[in-house]
Amino acid sequence: MRKNFTGLLAWLVQRITAVYMLLFIVFLLAHFLVDPPHSYPAWHGWMMGSSVSIATVVFFAALLAHAWVGVRDVILDYVHAMVFRVGLLVLLGFGLTALGVWVMRILWMERA
Amino acid sequence: MSIRDMAASKRRRPVFFNLMQIQMPVGALTSITHRVTGIFLTLSVPFSMYLLDLSLQGPQSYEQVISLFHKFAFRGAAIIFVWVLAHHLLAGIRHLLSDVDIGSQLPAARRSAWFVNLGGIAVALLAAGALL
Repeated sequence: MRKNFTGLLAWLVQRITAVYMLLFIVFLLAHFLVDPPHSYPAWHGWMMGSSVSIATVVFFAALLAHAWVGVRDVILDYVHAMVFRVGLLVLLGFGLTALGVWVMRILWMERA
Repeated sequence: MSIRDMAASKRRRPVFFNLMQIQMPVGALTSITHRVTGIFLTLSVPFSMYLLDLSLQGPQSYEQVISLFHKFAFRGAAIIFVWVLAHHLLAGIRHLLSDVDIGSQLPAARRSAWFVNLGGIAVALLAAGALL
């Protein structure tokens, strides 16, 4: 059973996304230590700048892919009844997709 | 052993996930905490996104997010979040290193497991020092 769900691709996705997120978090932390935004215009301007907003959307894409592989592994290990297993995986998939759409709205669509 | 015997013994292999009855060495503690923190972090994504959204909507909602950090309960939650994230990141780095055969021998693996478990707490204490 398990063999059908897992594979080299999932393993690779888990690691590549982890490395990207790690670099992004270090970058974010460094920015907040060196030049913390002290006002709304500073924060908004920094966050909405094209490079930071793109890097942030990529971060969330990596996060959602990473969460998919990780939570899926946990579900496959602990939930054995097929109805619940598939139900939870579907819920997870829709939930993560919705979050992905939401973050793109936050960073790219709202507020000119 | 024939293929058939091997398949049969593989089917008889014990699958045992009752964590309350397993004697846990330090690496097991690191590993299960990596999982639990991963689930916790996944559940915290919508809340983080909500705060990000609020902080970017306008000056007033930005101030609302800032004022959250004046609340003691919110700071407490933030410190717990920092511990969860720090443990997950450190355990993840340990995983990546053992993928490239750094620290995968048992003594080194046990040392790095201690480092991860205590390192996560140390980072949380740093955050507590900064926030409280």
